[in-house]
Amino acid sequence: MTTAAADAPDRAGSYLAHGRGARSWLLSLDHKRIGVMYLVAIGASLLLGGVFALVLRLNLWRPSGGLVSNDGYNRLFTLHGAVMIFLFVIPGIPAALGNFVLPLQLGAKDVAFPRVNLLSFWLYALGAVLFVATLVAGGIDTGWTLYPPYSLESARGLGILLALGALFVVGFSSILTGLNFIATIHRMRPPGMGWFDLPLFLWALYATGLIQVIATPVLGITAAMGFLERVFHLGLFMPEYGGDPVLFQHFFWFYSHPAVYIMILPAMGVVSEVVSVFSRKPIFGYRFIAMSSIAIAVIGFLVWGHHMFVSGQSRTASVIFSGLTLLVAIPSAIKTFNWLATMYKGAIVLATPMVYVLTFFAIFAVGGLTGLFLGALATDVPLHDTYFVVAHFHFVMVGAVMTAFLAGLHYWWPKMTGRMYSERLGLVSAALTFVGFHLTFVPQFVAGVLGMPRRYATYAPAFAGHNRLSTVGAFVLASGLVVALYGLLRSLRTGRPAPANPWGAASLEWSASSPPPWDNFERTPHAPPGPYDYTGLRHVSDEVGWVRGEVTP
Amino acid sequence: MSARHPTGAAEAGGSGDAGTGGAGPFLAHHFEDMGHQLETTTLGIWLFLGSEVLFFGGLFTAYGVYRANHPELFRYAHHFLDWRLGATNTLVLIGSSLSAAWAVRAAQLGRRRVLTATLLVTIALAVTFLVVKYIEYSHKLHEGIGWGASCHPSAEILATLPEHARALPVPARLGTFFAIYYLMTGLHGIHVLVGIALFAWIAARAGRGHFGPGYYGPVDAVALYWHLVDMIWIFLFPLFYLL
Repeated sequence: MTTAAADAPDRAGSYLAHGRGARSWLLSLDHKRIGVMYLVAIGASLLLGGVFALVLRLNLWRPSGGLVSNDGYNRLFTLHGAVMIFLFVIPGIPAALGNFVLPLQLGAKDVAFPRVNLLSFWLYALGAVLFVATLVAGGIDTGWTLYPPYSLESARGLGILLALGALFVVGFSSILTGLNFIATIHRMRPPGMGWFDLPLFLWALYATGLIQVIATPVLGITAAMGFLERVFHLGLFMPEYGGDPVLFQHFFWFYSHPAVYIMILPAMGVVSEVVSVFSRKPIFGYRFIAMSSIAIAVIGFLVWGHHMFVSGQSRTASVIFSGLTLLVAIPSAIKTFNWLATMYKGAIVLATPMVYVLTFFAIFAVGGLTGLFLGALATDVPLHDTYFVVAHFHFVMVGAVMTAFLAGLHYWWPKMTGRMYSERLGLVSAALTFVGFHLTFVPQFVAGVLGMPRRYATYAPAFAGHNRLSTVGAFVLASGLVVALYGLLRSLRTGRPAPANPWGAASLEWSASSPPPWDNFERTPHAPPGPYDYTGLRHVSDEVGWVRGEVTP
Repeated sequence: MSARHPTGAAEAGGSGDAGTGGAGPFLAHHFEDMGHQLETTTLGIWLFLGSEVLFFGGLFTAYGVYRANHPELFRYAHHFLDWRLGATNTLVLIGSSLSAAWAVRAAQLGRRRVLTATLLVTIALAVTFLVVKYIEYSHKLHEGIGWGASCHPSAEILATLPEHARALPVPARLGTFFAIYYLMTGLHGIHVLVGIALFAWIAARAGRGHFGPGYYGPVDAVALYWHLVDMIWIFLFPLFYLL
């Protein structure tokens, strides 16, 4: 990155050139540098979790397994889940892209609390180290949910303690990010920007922040209680000491269900930005999209019991949780229809971010609709703990969130690095991702409905066909991600310099130069006429990009 | 949290901008003026306190669940706790909240000696709270009342129970009650310790004349935190000692 900075004159005054050496990055209070550090760390986590996934899929090539031991398989899927969820999907969009974009979209110089932001990053890094350290300590085979009594048995060593410590630390990182974003959106808006002039990405981050601040502390205290239960046998969660293991499940899902909205809401925010810009049309139903983010955040707190339909929860509770769960479909559908209406009669540009967003629509529709089967009590009980569940949450958490992450990454890449990525490689990666993803997970839906249980290293030979398709798909998906990574990294050296506004977008981040200077804007800019108001924007050339009509190039 | 460039003149106390505008040596580069900075840090603290409530909320929920499942255990166990010590600590903390609030007012008015004095009183009361808590804990542990599996009350302490309780066998799950007791009061005690450290930091800055009508955000923020710590104890006291 530094070599590219040296030969590009347009970067001379940018945040990339503001201070050199590791220290100027690792201790930076600049939200852009913190965002880039998050991006690198999150990318490394995705790589690690992805390698675990490929080993798992290879082991499932044959019904009898055999590539890794059965215990090894259990440890691998546990760490695959934990790393992907806590280190990639949850922080992915808000901490990496959000950190970079949020103050820019507000025309602000930084987030409200830059030091807290840096602390959040370092807590994340510490948590990541603790998770990886569980490998050194022999690994854990409990699944990412860490249900007691199995997880807190007295024979367990350091691994489970490290994992609980990691949850605690990563949780506080997430709380601090959410707190920072809420305060920033409240207090750092430029003159003339009311709540309904915010880009929808910020509404999504705001709703996400609310969940992070309210739900995550419960995860923290649960991890602390589990830790102490394991060390001192307090009788909180372990039946043999008088504790209640179902209480752990309530606590765990009180966080971990809202956490799926921490994952998907920012993804929906990215989609709202991209779909409007690349349809050359104002977003359709702005207020409905904004308010449905808040509705999802609120309803999301009331549905955690749908993870416990077979945990001995009372039937009345299950019925209520099931009904509330189905309510989530309403705001989700509102968003989807508004996005589709935005595209209607638009001048759709099939650039990489838009292609990823179209992939998102396809995957999110299937992922969301299969969620209804799992939220409805009668169909969930037979589908519980089958590959249908695995396929469903991979559709939502991997398919939808990751494609939105890649859409956002390509969309804001010119802003972050000052370089245009290769459109050709981007489209190839999007196509491979689309094909690979569906090839991996559609067979899992089928196998699940036929009764294949999840979390086993071996399976009945009848499912060999489904699993082989799935394994081939996983490698196609991985190749798509490798192409995306290659295309982005190559652009750092060979990409052409990006203009301030390469996409013709109307929100404020595109009025800063690419890459932005250290304090973003010379003076606080005034809010644009609207974040999706494209009147007066015209394309001058690839070098100059888009400018407002009144400005002469 | 609030000042990116804390070096500079120590005359913020006298700048007289009434916290609503103007610049100063403690204005971070990304805020427009001191009022903007104050509003933002106050909102941040309130959000943090909200997440603290949820953090303790998990333990309060655990208390509620185990109390609902084992009401007899909780009735029995609370006899081991001395309500007089708990009440003393309640008064001590309420007094410290008063002095903390007073310190904020003194900072706003730029009365430096009152500010320093009220901060020191707050710290002294917080230390008093911890000393009483130490007496309680060490007494409990001395009498064999640990948490979880290590809860075996001595014959002496059992003899001090009221007559109707003495007639009952010691419940098998007494350790779970004391696990919740030690967890909740212990986590609260950690918050008191953090509060002492924060007030010491504020007092040191006050001694250097950092605070005044133009800049009192940190005093306000730490006092808000302290009120929450106080409030949590207001709930812990009746739940453990009285009910």
